[in-house]
Amino acid sequence: MDTVLFIIFATIAVVSAVSLVLQKHPIASALSLIGVMGSLAVLYLLLGAEFIAMAQMFVYAGAVMVLFIFVIMLLNAGSEKSSGKSWFAQIAGLPLLIVFAVVMGFVIKRGFTDLRVVEFGSWVGGTAEHIGQLLFTRYLLPFEVVSILILIAILGAVVLARKEID
Amino acid sequence: MNFYLVSLIKIVIVFAVFMTTLAYLQWIERKVLGHIQSRTGPLRVGPHGLLQPLADVFKLLTKEDLLPPYVNRFFYLLAPFIAVSLALISIAIIPFGPEVNIAGTHTNLEISNLNVGILFILAISSVSVYGIALAGWSSNNKYALLGGLRSSAQMISYELPLTLAIAAPLLLANHLNFRAISEGQAGYYLGFIPRWNIFQMPFPQIIGFIVFMIAGFAETNRVPFDLPEAENELVAGFHTEYSSMKFACFFMSEYANMVTIACVATVLFLGGWHPLFPAPYSNWVPTIVFLLAAFTFLFQSLQPARRVDRYTMPLFAVGALVLAIIFAIPILQPVLVPIFWFCAKAGFILFAYIWVRGTLPRFRYDQLMHFAWTFLFPLALLNLLVTALLVAIF
Repeated sequence: MDTVLFIIFATIAVVSAVSLVLQKHPIASALSLIGVMGSLAVLYLLLGAEFIAMAQMFVYAGAVMVLFIFVIMLLNAGSEKSSGKSWFAQIAGLPLLIVFAVVMGFVIKRGFTDLRVVEFGSWVGGTAEHIGQLLFTRYLLPFEVVSILILIAILGAVVLARKEID
Repeated sequence: MNFYLVSLIKIVIVFAVFMTTLAYLQWIERKVLGHIQSRTGPLRVGPHGLLQPLADVFKLLTKEDLLPPYVNRFFYLLAPFIAVSLALISIAIIPFGPEVNIAGTHTNLEISNLNVGILFILAISSVSVYGIALAGWSSNNKYALLGGLRSSAQMISYELPLTLAIAAPLLLANHLNFRAISEGQAGYYLGFIPRWNIFQMPFPQIIGFIVFMIAGFAETNRVPFDLPEAENELVAGFHTEYSSMKFACFFMSEYANMVTIACVATVLFLGGWHPLFPAPYSNWVPTIVFLLAAFTFLFQSLQPARRVDRYTMPLFAVGALVLAIIFAIPILQPVLVPIFWFCAKAGFILFAYIWVRGTLPRFRYDQLMHFAWTFLFPLALLNLLVTALLVAIF
């Protein structure tokens, strides 16, 4: 059951990711990205990380992508125009891609020899309690640093967006 | 196998009741609005217009399904599907009653018991804006686009106070699981004040409840926040170009979202299925309510306003009497009485929705944004801070 679900949603994730690159229209690309995030959330859920799965849906597929779509709709961005492919990409694109994939496969196979096959449902520790515990004990400093960073980013955005009053 | 069978039965029951509620909610809304405005509301189809929802469904099904030539076809067809499926999904994790024992089978009165229940609701509600935004954009119509944009901006803005208002009762309950949250609200202070989160010590969540309800109105695009479909400026907003069943999908999703918000408010703030009075008295409340209803119907049939009332009112009276008797049977009480209390609370909130629609005018757009960011958001944040402080101290 878990394996079947994994295959279905992994396929959806990969197809959506490819579609994200290939689609001409920004809205279609953004929706493909939502597809990627939604199916990744299901994969997290299969691994037992229920909190992360819901946060993925809530924050990425929800809040962040709504802003993307909102901006695309507001600017009324049209389809991309194909601006003539470069000769380098036409000739060397596919061979380079294959070489890259082979090198990556080789590095992963050689560099990480102790890789094991994932067992679905064997890991517990993805509940909100576990993550809360870790965030406020072991990872307290990174957590606080990130929150200050986000605060600075918000202030920066407000300062940049504010109209000059004088 | 037993688990699958029980789940299937629960899904069928919940789905049937949910769909009937959606159909009749619209009838109730038209009736209540009618009486608020000194009209009678639907009256022609069936006794007291009771068959009006059925007639509406037939009307929507048989209307011409128009596909305008200038729309972006794929997204135009996808949008109502997204809207309605996401709106119908959330009911799956609402607990309607405690764990019960029916014919030797232990089961929870809900479809599924998620550990991250409230996060699931938030995730679904944050994704469900796509239905409306896509409908507005793909219609290639300026009114629809404006409606979709307004709706996206409004839902992003009101999601913040909504989430902050939800977070405060979670601090009191210490759980994300709806069933655990409901069970944490059992019992009474001094023997008569229910320990619902709205009365819960150390900090009663009355402010949180009000903020949640206001933000819920905005999230479901209801009056006074129905700017995405403001008919005097935007024709019909995001669903201007939709007809027939595709329009019905948006209509249904709006009502389904209303029901979901009402159920979530009931679980988070009003104690779920826990009754207002301690059990020895509260078990008889449904019987008394239905008996009163039966007597009212009988009284009405003695002095009928219309000729048909002489025949229909006694029928309604008999129906109410049968319900009263069913609720009085001791074996059925542990199952039915919690469901009655849950439905009564959710029904009251739904009534408040309609009541507000009958009373308040629509906001202006800048007022809407101003209200969310400068009043509701700080208020929800303050509520959360005070709750957190008091929970930490006590």
